[in-house]
Amino acid sequence: MSLRRPAKDQPDSFEFNASSLEAANSIVAKYPEGKQQSAVMALLYIAQRQNNNWIPIAAMKYIAKFLDMPYIKVYEVATFYTMYNLSPVGKYFIQVCTTTPCMIRGANQLVEACKEKISENECELSNDKSCSWMEVECLGACVNAPMMQINDEYYEDLDKEKTLDILNKILNGETPKPGSYRGRVNNEPENNRKTLMDLKNA
Amino acid sequence: MLKDQDRIFQNLYNDKGSDVASSQERGDWVNTKEITDKGREWIINEIKDSQLRGRGGAGFPTGLKWSFAPKEVGSRPHYLVINADESEPGTCKDRDILRFEPHKLIEGCLIASYAVQAHVCYIYIRGEYFVDGQKLQAAIDEAYEKKLLGKNAAGTGWDLDIYIHYGAGAYICGEETALLESIEGKKGQPRLKPPFPALIGLYGCPTIINNVETIAVVPTILRRGGKWFASLGREKNTGTKIFCISGNVKTPCNVEEEMNIPLKELIEVHAGGVIGGWDNLQAVIPGGSSMPLIPKEKCETLTMDFDSLMAEKSGLGTAGIVVINKDQDIIKCMARIARFYKHESCGQCTPCREGSGWMWRMLERMAKGDATKDEVEMLGDVTNQIAGHTICAFGEGSSWPVQGLLRHFKKEIEKRNNLDPIVQKKNNIPYLVDQHLLDKKNA
Repeated sequence: MSLRRPAKDQPDSFEFNASSLEAANSIVAKYPEGKQQSAVMALLYIAQRQNNNWIPIAAMKYIAKFLDMPYIKVYEVATFYTMYNLSPVGKYFIQVCTTTPCMIRGANQLVEACKEKISENECELSNDKSCSWMEVECLGACVNAPMMQINDEYYEDLDKEKTLDILNKILNGETPKPGSYRGRVNNEPENNRKTLMDLKNA
Repeated sequence: MLKDQDRIFQNLYNDKGSDVASSQERGDWVNTKEITDKGREWIINEIKDSQLRGRGGAGFPTGLKWSFAPKEVGSRPHYLVINADESEPGTCKDRDILRFEPHKLIEGCLIASYAVQAHVCYIYIRGEYFVDGQKLQAAIDEAYEKKLLGKNAAGTGWDLDIYIHYGAGAYICGEETALLESIEGKKGQPRLKPPFPALIGLYGCPTIINNVETIAVVPTILRRGGKWFASLGREKNTGTKIFCISGNVKTPCNVEEEMNIPLKELIEVHAGGVIGGWDNLQAVIPGGSSMPLIPKEKCETLTMDFDSLMAEKSGLGTAGIVVINKDQDIIKCMARIARFYKHESCGQCTPCREGSGWMWRMLERMAKGDATKDEVEMLGDVTNQIAGHTICAFGEGSSWPVQGLLRHFKKEIEKRNNLDPIVQKKNNIPYLVDQHLLDKKNA
């Protein structure tokens, strides 16, 4: 289990803006009548997106009222799942996978790169407050190891140099191209493909 | 090697595109109505004949699972839930289905929903796969537009709505009852079974839960016949499977192959061989991190299917193969896996919540050579107290890899950890909490 606590500095209030409200209503409609509590996870995401990548306590209270459920149940969900950020993480949130399949292909180099470019410790904002990084558990792109996730996008087949390059771009406000950084197509064996050959160059 | 025409996932590497038109060229959505016209009985029997086993890890026969759904819909509606919470280290097959073969999955959902009489289907995708989920959502939207979903889906006369539900980074939600709790908007803590979800599942209604790959192969099986599928692989381990080969190999990749394929062929042919040559191989994790590792000697002749791996005291799991060569420290690799389980334990059952942390800390010490001689036995003892003493299979999943390490690399650990026990072996030390460990009779 991981211990997760809300941030100390909390904003006083939170409310969905018009586009969030529309998205929230369309999500509640996915679930049967009276089961609106199911939407809590998606609504927390919406709040996170709206509030610069993290969820304040005020948002949990707002969502509890919105879904007509006890606040503590929202708090439980927000603290149980690790993808809800309970304190500010910056505009760009970098997650480096360091679980065994990535580890044995050199994920520690990615961590070094993050330490050099962003901050010495994980979950610490960079000097310009624009980004932070953290080590996470398996992100499910093991054949593209080592890899990292920046906000929603996956950056795969990395090494230290390539990571530094990506981080430089981010610190300069650019958005680097996601996907494999060794030029291979998706999950195919690099230069060693032996299956579905007639489709390959079709 | 499996013939290309027998591969189900023709677009595994996205050579063709994943929209409806190109999927139809590959045979999806061509005669869905003809299939459903043959009736529920026929569909379930055909799946039973194909001997398809669930691709999510446990390998439960799919046809049998479907037949558990009540035959008549009572006051409670039926649900179909697709488990796309793929988080097992070493596994990344479902991601490719979601982004490159979404219509195989969507058509499979329609056929399976028809077979178990569900009108609503939820696809639970792990939160990290947000981008891939958006691709699936685009495919679902296109299917609605082309009348392949919604009222009278694909002309079958069956109404079906598919919704995506995103997870938020909890491995445990891949366990089926935890997944249901999560859809209901609660913490993902598994429920006791029985009652099984087929009778009391989502919102207390009958629910069938299947893995993405299981559902995605269903339309092809029904088109080509259960006999065709059963002719691949071997008895009770039939058909094809997507293998994910990662770790210390030259070309890590996903590849669809026949069940019962030799492990050596997968590594040498598709993955380009072990880095440093076959002799540099140390061990292989055959089915995602929760399956015990297999040492090199056995990898020579090992074939990859449910039963042959079971005979080696391991398992096929999700078929995520992690190759570890001799350049790696095997104890450290397992300590990292133990840290994964410590992080992902949901905290509901004490043996797992506490024990997963103990295992991690002991293994970290052992990797450094800071453990005492008797801790090796103690570690084995901890694993035995976790496995089988928890609500869900996470207890087994977290202790099996450690047991595998102890089974095959005990000498390695003992060689490195040579310190004398801090506590001398004396009985009746009243203040010692771990008394039972010293006194084997009471263990």
